[in-house]
Amino acid sequence: MARKSGKPKAKTEEQPESPEPGHEARGAPGFEIVAREDFSDVTFLLEVRHPAMAKAARPGQFVIVITHEHGERIPLTIADFDRDRGTVTLVIQAVGKTTKEMQQICRVGTALHGVVGPMGLPSHIGDAKKVVCVGGGLGVAPVYPQARAFKEGGAYVIGVVGFRNKDLVFWEDKFRACCDELIICSDDGSVGIKGLVTKGIEAAIDKHPDIDEVVAIGPPVMMKACAEATRPHDIKTMVSLNPIMVDGTGMCGGCRVKVGGKVMFACVDGPDFDGHDVDFDDLMNRLRRFVSEEKRAMEKWQENCKRLNQEPYTPDTVAERGGSGSAAAGTGRPS
Amino acid sequence: MPKKTIRTIPQNRAPMPVQDPAERVENFAEVALGFGLEDALIECARCLDCPAPACVDGCPVGIDIPAFIMKIIDKDYHGAYEILSEANLLPAICGRVCPQEDQCEGVCPVGDTLEPVAIGRLERWVGDEAIEKGWSNVPYVEPNGFKIGIIGSGPAGMACAADMAKAGCDVTIYEALHEPGGVLRYGIPEFRLPNDVVDAEIANILKLGVKIECNTLVGRLFTIEQMRNEMCFDAVFIGTGAGYPKFMGIPGESLNGVLSANELLTRCNLMNAGKFPNYDTPLDLGRRVSVIGSGNTAMDAMRVSLRLGAEKVYCVYRRTRDESPARLEELHHAEEEGIEFHWLTAPVEILDDGEGNVRAMRCLRMELGEPDDSGRRRPVPIEGSEYEFETDMVVYAIGTNANPILGQTSSIKLNKWGYIETDETLATSLAGVFAGGDIVTGAATVILAMGAGRKAARSMKAYLGIRDTAAVYLSERSGSESTLFGIPAAERNFARIRLA
Repeated sequence: MARKSGKPKAKTEEQPESPEPGHEARGAPGFEIVAREDFSDVTFLLEVRHPAMAKAARPGQFVIVITHEHGERIPLTIADFDRDRGTVTLVIQAVGKTTKEMQQICRVGTALHGVVGPMGLPSHIGDAKKVVCVGGGLGVAPVYPQARAFKEGGAYVIGVVGFRNKDLVFWEDKFRACCDELIICSDDGSVGIKGLVTKGIEAAIDKHPDIDEVVAIGPPVMMKACAEATRPHDIKTMVSLNPIMVDGTGMCGGCRVKVGGKVMFACVDGPDFDGHDVDFDDLMNRLRRFVSEEKRAMEKWQENCKRLNQEPYTPDTVAERGGSGSAAAGTGRPS
Repeated sequence: MPKKTIRTIPQNRAPMPVQDPAERVENFAEVALGFGLEDALIECARCLDCPAPACVDGCPVGIDIPAFIMKIIDKDYHGAYEILSEANLLPAICGRVCPQEDQCEGVCPVGDTLEPVAIGRLERWVGDEAIEKGWSNVPYVEPNGFKIGIIGSGPAGMACAADMAKAGCDVTIYEALHEPGGVLRYGIPEFRLPNDVVDAEIANILKLGVKIECNTLVGRLFTIEQMRNEMCFDAVFIGTGAGYPKFMGIPGESLNGVLSANELLTRCNLMNAGKFPNYDTPLDLGRRVSVIGSGNTAMDAMRVSLRLGAEKVYCVYRRTRDESPARLEELHHAEEEGIEFHWLTAPVEILDDGEGNVRAMRCLRMELGEPDDSGRRRPVPIEGSEYEFETDMVVYAIGTNANPILGQTSSIKLNKWGYIETDETLATSLAGVFAGGDIVTGAATVILAMGAGRKAARSMKAYLGIRDTAAVYLSERSGSESTLFGIPAAERNFARIRLA
């Protein structure tokens, strides 16, 4: 309440902070999680009820999610949407504090504190006749709606998806259903071709001289490599950028990226840009902005987990560990 | 009572109690503590109760200022609140953040010889009194069946919503962030406008029956056209604010440690980055923070940085203190708190530490030349005056451009700068769609946005053919069980008495 003259108000900081990871994903009201699937010990899927968003979402758009009242706003690309069920699907890699916490607390029947979107300009699904849709690591799920949209638009779709190994492969069936060809790449060769997704792109280009467009989504280093792989062939290459964001509505400017020498805000001017124009080194530097804070948040969370005797989440279904992922999340960065 | 004259009134303003500067830079508690009753009474005694009060015309929302002051003198504080809140549902907010020196107080005749009556502080006193006592000003309203959609829960949207709800409309506000309040929430820091004051005044808007839907980004989730056609809104008001921060385009702006004041303030005010890691949102605050610009947002950014623990905070502005667009009180508070002002200084480059972070800034010294279009003397660079100074965080507070989302998603007509084009009634190019506040005028003040919201509400009523009937306010002083003309308090939202 407002105060009259007299003593300064007691600082709100002194109110007890709700400790993490004691946070519970809230029950209704909120955004209900109706399904969850764990693909590996780092990758999981959440299906969230949001009929209006399911109706509005287009390929390439993202949402901002807040797990609980003390949570941060993190952007996540929409991996799928189902207008009949009234749901949107997010595929999340648990690599930072926030995403690991989501992995631990987001169960079916619980609700997210905030889900806002769809944000960003939808991908331009033009009249390309033959496209290659490339997804690597955290980009595999987000490229799916684009592949499907191209297929629905009558294009010949070649999917290229990259995983670290065979056990981490997911959505192969979904990609097969919308791709005319599917090339799976793995780091260790345990499935598909051994090597990075760029190898898959080169294989596709060798086989099809008439590719109109490449769409590449994944970690910045991968998108950069994809853009370099297509540059000599002069094939239009669209990438989906994942800078750090707060509001996602164009208000903070934290997500500014350099594209063709101009400064753009990925949240309202993107997230899709022409990969041949993007300054990836600048993006990668800006993604390192909170490295020390990320570490601090993670350490504190793990400590709290230990204190409360909560094991950091590991799904029983996954026998082998698949590594911890390359990019840190947890500071407002899409997967 | 003998007529008051300039000679007989108290010559000096009642002093505003403030937190000590040395103490307050360590906390986020409010700086200006607010009048007590005695201070308020002294200040009220200074009002001459002019027959043709200039202050009322000076107020963008037209509050009957002498009337509310006279009510305080009569010790009828609730009556004062009723007068205030009829024109302004957010008195505790406006009393704190309005630039009164340019409005009501700027035209107060007392100000010709003495300091003008501290109208803003009196407004705040009444607003705080109302919050403390739990007063609200809810008229009897009979639903008229019209459905109104409001985009943005900032000051423009709330003012428009309040007026339309009082006219009997079914009003829904859509807010993109997860908390309502707009700039009052994410922009203005706690030490100037505590969040609980914002909460209390938003609660009064909700009591009028207004619904607020957060997490809803209009334009992307649904468009303005869909609101009118599919969602059956009879009229729509756009009050989204400008909010697309400007940068200068000098080298080094993408280094880590360079950010907009909007980002700094949002991380701190909305997301509680100051309490990281108890809250998840981090802020990479520097030890030596340089803020570019000298408006109210710059003052907020600097004072927030100090409170978050920056050792040194610099203000870098290419003109002088006289041209600074900040409110004098804010400038004064910033100076007291130890901000170092670099007037007549323009940054030309931000320098790298070799690892992608800010190390220093290269600046040019300026001098004042001939007046420019704004009437202020134009800063001219002094040749060969370049110098470097060390800083590890650079915050841009040099204004905003229009947010492009509505333009991207609607056929609404924009002007060449991307702001929404309106006629003098605030009607846009789309039938039944009105707009006001920063998205029409470019960045301005809270009260101007509220004024625009109220003006749009009047135009909307004219558009819909709603004739305003005199509202009857339930007097809360007579006890909650009371009835007026036989209508119980519980039904006050459903009935509207028409006075013959």
